[in-house]
Amino acid sequence: MTAERAAKNLPRILVIDNDLPIRRFLHTALSREEFYLYDAENGEAGLAAAVGVRPNMILLGLGLPDLDGLKFIKQFREWSQVPIIVLSERQREDDKVAALDTGADDYLTKPFSVGELLARIRAVLRRSLQHMPEPVFSCGDLMIDFDRRRVLVNTEEIHLTPIEYDILCLLAAHANRVLTHHQLLIQIWGSVNPEHAHILRVNISNLRRKIEADPSHPHHIITETGVGYRLKMGDRDSDKIH
Amino acid sequence: MATNGDDIRPSPEAMLKLAKAEEAAAGEGQGKLKIFLGYAAGVGKTYAMLEAGRLRRQEGRDLVVGYVESHGRAETDALLEGMEIIPRKTIPYQGVALQEMDLDAVLARKPQIALVDELAHTNAPGLRHEKRWQDVEELLSAGIEVFTTVNIQHFESLKDVVAQITGVVVRETIPDRLLDTAFEIRLVDIPPDELLQRLNEGKIYIPDQATQAIEKFFRPGNLMALRELSLRRTATRVDGQMRAYMETQSITGPWPTMDRLMVCVSGSPYSEKLIRATCRLAEELRATWFTVNIETPQGSRHARENRERVWQNLRLAESLGAQVATVTATSVVDASIDYAMRHNITKIVVGKPNKPRWRELLHPPIVDQIIRRSGPIDVVVVSFESLEQQRPRKAAPKRRTPFDFRGYAASLMLVMAVTVVCELFRPLLDPTNMAMFYLLAVIVAAVRLGRKPAIAASLLGVLAFDFFFVPPRLTFAVTDSQYLITFVALFTVGVVISTLMTRARERAEAMRIRELQTASLYYLSRDLAAAAEISTVMKAVVRNVEEALNAHVVLFLPEGERLDIVAASEGLTLDTKEQAVADWAFRNRHVSGHGTDTLVSSALIYLPLQTTTSVLGVMGVHLEKEIDYLSTESRRLLDAYATQTAMAMERIQFSQQAEQAQILQARENLERALLNSISHDLRSPLASVTGVLSSLREGGAQLDENARAELLETACGEAERLNRFVGNLLDMTRIEAGAVRLNIEQCDVQDLVGCALAALEPRISTREVSFRMLPVMPLVPMDMVLMIQVLVNILENCLKYSPPESPIEIIATTDSSWLLIEVADRGAGVPDQDLKKVFDKFYRIPVPEGAGGTGLGLSICKGIVEAHGGRIRAENRSGGGLSIQIRLSLTAAVGKTHDS
Repeated sequence: MTAERAAKNLPRILVIDNDLPIRRFLHTALSREEFYLYDAENGEAGLAAAVGVRPNMILLGLGLPDLDGLKFIKQFREWSQVPIIVLSERQREDDKVAALDTGADDYLTKPFSVGELLARIRAVLRRSLQHMPEPVFSCGDLMIDFDRRRVLVNTEEIHLTPIEYDILCLLAAHANRVLTHHQLLIQIWGSVNPEHAHILRVNISNLRRKIEADPSHPHHIITETGVGYRLKMGDRDSDKIH
Repeated sequence: MATNGDDIRPSPEAMLKLAKAEEAAAGEGQGKLKIFLGYAAGVGKTYAMLEAGRLRRQEGRDLVVGYVESHGRAETDALLEGMEIIPRKTIPYQGVALQEMDLDAVLARKPQIALVDELAHTNAPGLRHEKRWQDVEELLSAGIEVFTTVNIQHFESLKDVVAQITGVVVRETIPDRLLDTAFEIRLVDIPPDELLQRLNEGKIYIPDQATQAIEKFFRPGNLMALRELSLRRTATRVDGQMRAYMETQSITGPWPTMDRLMVCVSGSPYSEKLIRATCRLAEELRATWFTVNIETPQGSRHARENRERVWQNLRLAESLGAQVATVTATSVVDASIDYAMRHNITKIVVGKPNKPRWRELLHPPIVDQIIRRSGPIDVVVVSFESLEQQRPRKAAPKRRTPFDFRGYAASLMLVMAVTVVCELFRPLLDPTNMAMFYLLAVIVAAVRLGRKPAIAASLLGVLAFDFFFVPPRLTFAVTDSQYLITFVALFTVGVVISTLMTRARERAEAMRIRELQTASLYYLSRDLAAAAEISTVMKAVVRNVEEALNAHVVLFLPEGERLDIVAASEGLTLDTKEQAVADWAFRNRHVSGHGTDTLVSSALIYLPLQTTTSVLGVMGVHLEKEIDYLSTESRRLLDAYATQTAMAMERIQFSQQAEQAQILQARENLERALLNSISHDLRSPLASVTGVLSSLREGGAQLDENARAELLETACGEAERLNRFVGNLLDMTRIEAGAVRLNIEQCDVQDLVGCALAALEPRISTREVSFRMLPVMPLVPMDMVLMIQVLVNILENCLKYSPPESPIEIIATTDSSWLLIEVADRGAGVPDQDLKKVFDKFYRIPVPEGAGGTGLGLSICKGIVEAHGGRIRAENRSGGGLSIQIRLSLTAAVGKTHDS
């Protein structure tokens, strides 16, 4: 660690994963991009490092030998709101959903590419480093005016039902980050009722029809299968969401 | 008769070797029987047995006393001391407490050796077996060695000879096979003088009632003859053992030709003796022998009792080792000769005629006829002495035929009618011709009404004819004595015709029954041949037995330790007692129940379903008529049924085993193919990646930007391919293992397609993909994640197998309660005969080559779609290309489910 870099006050990222090759890869990939990397190889060391280093963000592998990923998140969340991105495996949707519901902010499925990684990290960091929510959200042809409760697509105002508006706002507030079905249901309906899950889908479908250029090829509201939904901001780097 | 003197006897060493071999061979499961044989009561058999028992105990063998009667003799009691005696069973019977051996206790105790005195003994009623020798047989099959005592006169084949010698008819008999198959026979022998001395000293037990008979029995002449009999019988057995030895050693010797004997059986009291005599003869000659029952029309008219005797005789012959046959014919002599010729009989055994001479003139005795017509076959004539008291037969139920008035009334009517007619035509008719009318009447009566009414008709006809038409008219006097001839003729015709008719009818009836039985066996075997499962067999058997025998039937199959009822006729209920009888039949592989010698008090007869190797179950039958339980025919039929059933069951078992073996084999083949394919598919992309990386490492610096970029592009692509393959493999494994859990939720089809397309970026972005769906689509219950995988797999195929410029179409519609998704390309399609096979694991179309891919994609789709209860199929499109169509139900239940 050079003094220069330390002085630049780069964002600090803590990687907690027991797989050495992954840590090495992340180290190489992310150091170049002006992040500062620390790593730990198990849960306890990770918690200790979090206290010592005070990272801006944590990349957490779910297969830790000593501490279950969920337990780590729970413990960590008791005293810190620092964002966590979990590194999970293919088709372990249940794990992803559980992690997100417990307090993680986003996820990546192994094997992933550097591009995806950076997109997510940036999205998460932006949110956390901001302290004030913006009054207007714009992304591509979509614009939301929170103050006046207006939504414009290609400068044309479109009419949304109250629930559709709430959903869109929630997604925008978490732009580029995934929201689980559970989180959406809790925030909007206050309870997790199978009936409401049904209604959520219908609403998403209707939303898409209203704001997407091609509802079959959505650019804004992306389905994270088995997990939830994500409002994608048209970032240069984030062209692969999977 | 052939003599044995020319044969070579083996040396004592050879005999010892044989004895050892026998001992080793007899070790398997069956207990050995050691018989202490004597020629009269009091020779010391029980004593000898107990002595031998003591010796064994001293050697350390585990020995119990099953049943020994000491009759209070001090010496016997002394020997009993210290031995373990199984307590006897007490059976109250008609006010008396009878003591019998407790068979179950001995079986439970499972000793190595059991001592059972008095092999010839009838058990008290209520016990499992009728005879003690059956108890002993059961002990032997349980693997227990048994020592027993018996007198020579109790053996079945010697009964007549003994009776001849001593004048005493022995009632208590034992089958000869016990003597023949016993492991060891110890002859206990003392000179008759010594025996008589013992008798006088009161050392021999004599029950009080038998004093007179015993005195008659214990005459010196008798004793000597009996002794000789027992010595001779034992010698025959030794001779037999030696011959068996010689046979196993293939020692050539002048073997006498194998005789085949035949004896005819009837209801005559002498048949029994004939049978026994033939048995003895057959033993001496070591010949096979046949017992034939010739059924004639006259015979079928005989009393029920007679027919029973015939059946009893046949069963006796069978138990003595004969092959039994029943033949239907008109002439006894013809049938006998015919049977003898066809079966290559060498000697026919007949009994000496004893009818008075004058009767012989009228009916030449059968013996003479047979002798005359026997041709090359020897005839052996056996003589019997005085008549005997018959053994009391099992009583047949008496049937009282109701007195049939109608027959007689009809005869009367006929005669009256004829009389009236004749009266009317009297001026025109000659009395001779009137007689013809009466004749007609008698014939009609004989044909239609039966024997007795026919005789009545002839009698009445004669009287009427005499009274009304024979001068002097209206009297019974006869002027022309020639009319007497007419009367006699009329009468005779009536009798003869009616007899013939009755015979013919009875014959026809017998034929019909036999034909029915044969037909029923045919139907059964036909039904069984077609059966592919045990349950079908059971149903077929029940149906056939019910129809053929007019009986109720129940079938048991073993279920673990017990027998369970798997099929039964309607209305048949069994209590636990019956179940126990069925159990016994199964365990001992022997018929039991009603009409047999074992457990006779049960209501059904139980036949084990057995093949040569094993017993597969039990069939219980309840017959309508009491008589059918005993008749040889019915038993034969039941045996045939049981055998057929067992064979069919065995066949099904074998074919199921063969099928299993085949399935196992097929699975192994598939696994091998799987491993080969996986190995290749894993290694290829890895090889590419390794190749690229190693080139970069070795000479990366020398490469220019483009080359580097190209290599890296390749490596990335191959790594992704590997990832996809591993994913497919995992999916397939999960589907195969039945571990697919469907998380069914109401999903948006548009979303589904969108996610699938997104997952295929960037490969699919260069292609033209159109998606059409109904303006309003309902939400569809499905597992979103899995169905996306399905669409991805199908679209990947489209990408691979259709030209880059060609369009890909996705269409979603509904059809009553189904969702239909179609994915179609304009590629080369699939050969028509392979359209079904595309969904098989590892199926790849041969062209184009090098398209890559695992062949698993579509089979995963099929697995997932079918787990949803849906359907997937492939079709070639008109105009070229492949269309894959998926149907999913719109009405499935939401929630998590297991796929089993």
